[in-house]
Amino acid sequence: MPRMRMNQAISAAIADEMRSDPDVIVLGEDIAVAEGPFKTSAGLLDEFGPLRVRDTPISEMGFLGAAVGAAATGLRPVVEIMFVEFLGVALDQLSTEGAKFHYLSGGLVKVPLTVRASVGAGLGFGTQHSQTLESWVVGTPGLKLAVASGPANAYGLMRAAIRDDNPVVVLEPRRLYAQREEVTVGEEGIIALGTARQAVSGDAATVVALGSTVGAATEAAAAASWSADVIDLQSLQPWDKEMVYESVARTGRLVTVEENPLSGGWGADIVAAVASDLFGELKAPPLRITAPDVPVPFGKELEERYMPSSTYVGEQVIELLDTGRVPPPWWQREEITP
Amino acid sequence: MSTPLERRQALQQDRRVRYERMVEIRALENKVQDLFDEGLVHGTTHLCLGQEAVAVGVAAAARTTDQVTCTYRGHGVALALGLTPVQLLGEILGREAGSIGGIGGSMHLCDPEIGLMPTFAIVGAGIPVAAGAALTAQVRGTDDAAIAVFGDGSTNIGAFHEALNLAAIWKLPVVFVCENNQYGEYSRIDLTTPVDDIACRAESYAIPSAIVDGQDPDAVAEAVSGALDQARGGSGPTLLELKTYRYAGHSRADTAPYRPEGEFERWYEKDPIVNFGRQLVDEGVLGDDGIEEVQAAVDARIDAAVELVLASAPAPVEAMFANVLAP
Ligand SMILES: Cc1ncc(C[n+]2csc(CCOP(=O)(O)OP(=O)(O)O)c2C)c(N)n1
Ligand SMILES: [Mg+2]
Repeated sequence: MPRMRMNQAISAAIADEMRSDPDVIVLGEDIAVAEGPFKTSAGLLDEFGPLRVRDTPISEMGFLGAAVGAAATGLRPVVEIMFVEFLGVALDQLSTEGAKFHYLSGGLVKVPLTVRASVGAGLGFGTQHSQTLESWVVGTPGLKLAVASGPANAYGLMRAAIRDDNPVVVLEPRRLYAQREEVTVGEEGIIALGTARQAVSGDAATVVALGSTVGAATEAAAAASWSADVIDLQSLQPWDKEMVYESVARTGRLVTVEENPLSGGWGADIVAAVASDLFGELKAPPLRITAPDVPVPFGKELEERYMPSSTYVGEQVIELLDTGRVPPPWWQREEITP
Repeated sequence: MSTPLERRQALQQDRRVRYERMVEIRALENKVQDLFDEGLVHGTTHLCLGQEAVAVGVAAAARTTDQVTCTYRGHGVALALGLTPVQLLGEILGREAGSIGGIGGSMHLCDPEIGLMPTFAIVGAGIPVAAGAALTAQVRGTDDAAIAVFGDGSTNIGAFHEALNLAAIWKLPVVFVCENNQYGEYSRIDLTTPVDDIACRAESYAIPSAIVDGQDPDAVAEAVSGALDQARGGSGPTLLELKTYRYAGHSRADTAPYRPEGEFERWYEKDPIVNFGRQLVDEGVLGDDGIEEVQAAVDARIDAAVELVLASAPAPVEAMFANVLAP
């Protein structure tokens, strides 16, 4: 198994799909000659040439829309949106056009499109370049959504996304691009969309994490006196109910760990489903550990406070276990907001 | 120390101050680079080295009640409009002394007192917003105007085209100032844009345009003034293309390996600071030692600003909760 950085794993996944399917093309800003601002398309131009690997102008609506059109007529485009916020200027093409084609063609037209975007805080890019924004994608039927938490699943989810016959958004936590791990490459490395991964096993709680928070949740579990299942959700649309339900039925406690603001975060869906379907199995109210309802601040310390840290996750979970109640978030505990 | 408004007024009245402000912008950008290299700055930054005349020319032409939108490459425009070195460095270093208290960073500056609207980190986003500021002036019947400053690469995004069309049909008092620094990120303009001159894009919106030497602060000020007069007089918008050059890479991580050999040197012959300084000495506006005097004054000002900023506290955790919604 090769050891790779997450950006290398992404380049490798795209290259493997391009080798096996000549319909796969790659579009984005500075992704060809410069191999991507985060080096997530290394070697692609050299190997596959400028017909299939294209630098675009700064025209997200134009090239994402073109990718929708190309996908609907036979290609499998992989589009890079450098920072997920830039999806904002192209959202119509994804959510209102591409996501609806299959439905509005009576099932005759398929849109095998992959949209990759870097997400998240932690690198000092400031308010307009640091959000996770899963909420822009979930809640739109017709789209799938996967989120990488490291090199191995970045590889496996990317390949599955490119093979999928639907528009799939793959979010890549930017601060993990340089993280290294061993990656299973080839067919065995592919991870089916909609399947979660159990990162840690335990019995006192089910901690569900996604993307950047998988690290914090896993570290918290490793350092804690409590023992919990840590589930890396990997896909949000659809999400792996089976694995989460099986775990919660066993542990009786659900915790989500999210980098997004509390309001409208993906964890609310998980909590709502579990609360409705497994009400009788719960030994404590579900706990959501999130960022506060504020734009992402600049400044190292502020940004670090914004994102749930492993220490914070550890403290919140132990309090839930000790008291059977949901502890207040840090901003209420410190009386910063009521 | 001068207030932002005083700094702006001085710039408007005195070409010597315009020269000094260009020197200040360059020295400050170099200082930002040094602070980065020392590991004192979190995140990224986009320097406007080489584009100082654009910033100063625009600020010299605009009234303090005119509204200006600019980009993440906005340190120069902000300083020219009057933002102080302390406000700028404070923001870049995430300190309370920063223009918005340190929660914005390098890409997010603002000072309504001098017409600096919150700066934009999304390409093209400031262009329609400037049209909106012009709409305010039109609806209220003031004779203020708005200026959008944006890059060449931004003219390939829908917001640019939509804003020009809207401003044209409503005859909004706005001036579109395109800083054509030859690159959008790591791509030369000709790789992403099929026309040689951005100015020609005005034609499809039936608005006037001009190509201006963006390395000459007098030429920039004159062109922007003329367009502002037209705008205030009810004739509507103008697109100005200011030919200039980005001396540094796109952002701190970029060493610009894609730049053809000799290109920087050719542009440096037109360096706005060297040439304007020489011109002012020839005209007698600066004395024989004028260049050195300005540099010494600027260096001292910046050293003092760095000291003040480093003594200023980092933005406290409460700051991230402030100003999310207006009360
Ligand atoms: C909508 C959007 N797409 C992409 C980016 C990433 N990006 C930031 S600056 C830049 C280049 C912009 O070039 P130009 O407009 O010429 O301005 P310059 O940086 O040269 O001042 C790009 C692609 C962005 N910030 N927003
Ligand atoms: Mg440019």
